Amino acid sequence: MAPIARLLLLALLSTALTISSGSGDGYTINGRVKIPQGLGTKGFALPGKTSNVKVILNGGQIVTYLRPDGYFSFQNIPAGTHLIEVAAIGYFFSPVRVDVSARNPGKVQAALTENRRGLSELVLEPLRDEQYYEIREPFSIMSVVKSPMGLMVGFMLVVVFLMPKLVENMDPEEMRRAQEEMRNQGVPSLASLLPGGGRN
Amino acid sequence: MAIRSFLILFILFFFSSLNPILSLYEDQVGLVDWHQQYLGKVKQAVFHTHKTGRKRVVVSTEENVVASLDLRQGEIFWRHVLGSNDVIDGIDIALGKYVITLSSGGSILRAWNLPDGQMVWESSLRGPKHSKSLFLVRTNLKIEKDNIVIIFSNGRLNAVSCMDGEVLWEKDFEGESLKVQQVIQPPGSNLIYVVGFASSSLFEMYQINALNGELLKHESAAFSGGFLGEVSPVFSETVVALDSTGLILLTISFQNGKISFHQMPISNLVKDSFGPAKIIPSSVIGIFAIKMNAVTIVIRVKDESKLEVVEKTNHETSISDALSISEGQQAFALVQHASHEIHLRVKLAHNWDDNLLKESVKMDQHRGLVHKVYINNYIRTDKSYGFRALIVMEDHSLLLLQQGEIVWSREDGLASIIDVTTSELPVERDGVSVAKVEHNLFEWLKGHMLKLKGTLMLASPQDIAAIQSMRLKNSEKSKMTRDHNGFRKLLIVLTRAGKLFALHTGDGHIVWSHLLQSLQKSKVCQHPIGLNLYKWQVPHHHAMDENPSVLVIGKCGPSSDAPGALSFVDTYTGKELSSLSLVHSVAQVIPLPYTDSTEQCLHLLIDADKHAHLYPKTPEAISIFEREFSNIYWYSVEDDNGIIKGHALRGKCTGEVADEVCFDTRELWSIVFPSESEKIIATVTRKLNEVVHTQAKVIADQEVMYKYISRNLLFVATVALKGSVEIGSVTPEESWLVAYLIDTVTGRILHQVTHHGSQGPVHAVFSENWVVYHYFNLKAQRYEMSVIEIYDQSRADNKDVWKLVLGKHNLTSPISLYSRPDVITKSQSYFFTHSVKAIAVTSTTKGITSKQLLIGTIGDQVLALDKRFLDPRRTVNPTQAEKEEGIIPLTDPLPIIPQSYVTHALRVEGLRGIITVPAKLESTTLVFAHGVDLFFTQLAPSRTYDSLTDDFNYALLLITIVALLAAIFVTWTLSERKELQENWR
Repeated sequence: MAPIARLLLLALLSTALTISSGSGDGYTINGRVKIPQGLGTKGFALPGKTSNVKVILNGGQIVTYLRPDGYFSFQNIPAGTHLIEVAAIGYFFSPVRVDVSARNPGKVQAALTENRRGLSELVLEPLRDEQYYEIREPFSIMSVVKSPMGLMVGFMLVVVFLMPKLVENMDPEEMRRAQEEMRNQGVPSLASLLPGGGRN
Repeated sequence: MAIRSFLILFILFFFSSLNPILSLYEDQVGLVDWHQQYLGKVKQAVFHTHKTGRKRVVVSTEENVVASLDLRQGEIFWRHVLGSNDVIDGIDIALGKYVITLSSGGSILRAWNLPDGQMVWESSLRGPKHSKSLFLVRTNLKIEKDNIVIIFSNGRLNAVSCMDGEVLWEKDFEGESLKVQQVIQPPGSNLIYVVGFASSSLFEMYQINALNGELLKHESAAFSGGFLGEVSPVFSETVVALDSTGLILLTISFQNGKISFHQMPISNLVKDSFGPAKIIPSSVIGIFAIKMNAVTIVIRVKDESKLEVVEKTNHETSISDALSISEGQQAFALVQHASHEIHLRVKLAHNWDDNLLKESVKMDQHRGLVHKVYINNYIRTDKSYGFRALIVMEDHSLLLLQQGEIVWSREDGLASIIDVTTSELPVERDGVSVAKVEHNLFEWLKGHMLKLKGTLMLASPQDIAAIQSMRLKNSEKSKMTRDHNGFRKLLIVLTRAGKLFALHTGDGHIVWSHLLQSLQKSKVCQHPIGLNLYKWQVPHHHAMDENPSVLVIGKCGPSSDAPGALSFVDTYTGKELSSLSLVHSVAQVIPLPYTDSTEQCLHLLIDADKHAHLYPKTPEAISIFEREFSNIYWYSVEDDNGIIKGHALRGKCTGEVADEVCFDTRELWSIVFPSESEKIIATVTRKLNEVVHTQAKVIADQEVMYKYISRNLLFVATVALKGSVEIGSVTPEESWLVAYLIDTVTGRILHQVTHHGSQGPVHAVFSENWVVYHYFNLKAQRYEMSVIEIYDQSRADNKDVWKLVLGKHNLTSPISLYSRPDVITKSQSYFFTHSVKAIAVTSTTKGITSKQLLIGTIGDQVLALDKRFLDPRRTVNPTQAEKEEGIIPLTDPLPIIPQSYVTHALRVEGLRGIITVPAKLESTTLVFAHGVDLFFTQLAPSRTYDSLTDDFNYALLLITIVALLAAIFVTWTLSERKELQENWR
């Protein structure tokens, strides 16, 4: 967590970042990646460190890394509309469209492509953090009951304890009739209940 | 009745309780997947062993990787894979805590924190002209407690502060024809010498003050003989060069600003010299080496101009850079190769005759020759110097030698895989001992008891650890035999070094590796290149006893008419069965769907002159081939000219190349794209071995649609010329992308769609009757993915299911080349967030399981996306019937669900390709992603509906069954007793 804390500290100290015309034949895009502290801390350990964050211009044309304070820069960029992507394990970043033009140097024209939100300065923040794993449900008695085995046992219990009750509540006459019927038919053994064994 | 409904209930719940295994739990990592990290061939290595604490070596590689390795085990502390055009030119360690890398043709300088790899600063260097010569010079110069590095790049000399990357001073070398050859910084002085050649015969020397960049002296002298190649510094003010013929050695000294040449014909030094020599640059004082053909000659320079041959050898020799071990003493290492051994000698620079160290190390022949050596010293307990050597072998592996032993080795050749295929493992033979079974049974029971404890949350932390390790170390998965589900296979990979590896899919270990002779540098073939890997022999049925084998195709050199080379390798043993040097070139390889009686697959090799050559060259193969002669069609794509051509065979070769297995070809059709407006950027076809289960698709309103399934469909994407450059430099108006579906037999364009304001790069995948492609939409400034599905309309009338069942659904319209196939296409486009590096699709044995797209994103992760998201029939408000069919309501962007990353929290750095192989189990597919890293996993796109999941609790099932049986017997006896009582009553 230390790098992030430092990052936050520096976030307060430093200000805007810009597109500046370079000394040579291109422009420089300066920006910053800010990973807020709240994200990615719950659940399991932070998967990605700031040292593994890559900033990618135009689908891999230039790849750069973050400085300890989260800043990055692309140099020697021609005028035009560019796409910046941030690859960080554990976070979802929206690609950012950046316009670089000679007309208004020093001004940032950037927008997130995911939600078309404009950015007044090139500070890239993750839209959300990414959980790559399902979270195991904690053990509960309900999960055992709901499992097929649990259901089987439950059904058995129902048969064993509720069926005699049902039999008790039956009309005595009907009961006698049923018993007679049974006697006529033979032994009401379990075998007759099993499929294949039943003769009725 | 009750029992029956109970059974139904049971079955229902049983199936519903099968977990939806679309994603992983964290503790399932490593159960079926494995991940291996590599670096690539090491270009440069710098040791960091001065301080107490962890001993490291920092390396840069040809895969643009900079990494810090543990010197004791060879493990990676940290690693960065730079962008693909960010080639590393030099590395160094500064201030004892920063790793400095110079990359991108000497224009980007970065510093990384040595302990954790965090980038500290980055600075960009520019120069007046583009030049190839690049130097990163380590200095001990200090300006106000700060170290500086001297960098020469793009015609400018820069002094950069190591603390913050600030350029302290710069000096341009504008001279039009000046080619700087060396930048020398004599230790202990504040001077820098820049030496180089101007025009062809002028030697230039600049002396510069290292503290402020001031030019102190500039001298030049002409040498009529001209210069060749590189120079090697031998003393701080003397360099050695070769004249333009390569026969005369020149010692050039520029002491005190006076340039003087001394000539020495090589023939004077070496009696039987032959041919021009080449200087092998080294940084050792007073010693350099030249190479003539295969002979390496080490020459010592005495007193500025006297040369003396100290060693001449036929063996392959590598010389390390100098290592200063104490004040004024330099050591260097010499490695020589002798068949099974390598000889390592460490010597002092000024004392050739004695060896500080002499060791012989047994070396696996399949590592090839030693390409590079780096040495480092340590102080032994008896205060003498010990040396360790890091060597880079021909197969790109990296080894650390110490005290005559290989301490560790890394198979870094696996970072540059060219092609992948799979092979089955041998069938399990009987002979499993009883003892083993009992042991297994006991283990099995114990394991399940533990698992049960785990499920009931009764397990202690130790138990949990035991469960986890038990699951990971499942001996079943790395067995060397075929399994019932077809999960265990061999992945055969061909690397750029010309080495073939067999990896076990269970845990990724290397089963065998073989350095192919046909892909090694030899006198006939100077620059062999491996091209492809094909299954040559897949024994089943009647040829079960044969071992399967693969065909490796390579060629000599990058030109299109370079002769080809074939190798046949047994996949069980890794032995090279035979190898062939071809007389013809290999432009295209067509694996034919025919096999001979020994299950060898027929392959057709097309050369640059459009002749077809059949392999294997057996009469049987020829007879099979001639039977199918008129059924063989193929196409070729000429990207540069924008032409796609269709070909067929004509007859036996005529002319001087007359050969039994050589055939002439004819051109059937050609499609010429207007070169001024369209450029081919992607072509993709269906996988040859793909299985389609059903041709018909029943849609919501009981209608049947027939998929247009043809193996001869080709997807072609072209862009406007302006759109073929990178994103950011074109406007939407001047760029468009056209997607075509072409029948490769007739050359007919079946479908064509234009995406205005879009551009490449295009990544596409073709499967069954659909193609999915990914491109950039300039108007929306987002990436898009489109799907095209193609359906056969000519059979649309066959709606009678009975006809279908009885097989009487024959077409009413006859199939003919001349009639246009009656097809309709449906397509739809969606936004996709990320850039894409590769797209693949899952494949299963019978093609029943629904498909998932595997998308390799720019962040080097692999995302699984259900094909249902790319269904052209998606609408914003699907009807009830459509919903029942499984159509998802349309949303513009495709969803990215973090749990569906098949690589979960891992990265496959430098991702290049994704390969899917069907397992025997229909629900499961094997996925192998390769780049600098390797990643393998099993996927079940529609969940494992045909087998129980791994975490199915058999013990709980057993206990339940036992409990049920017990209950049955108890109730039985109870009921018997009750009945008896009833009878007595």
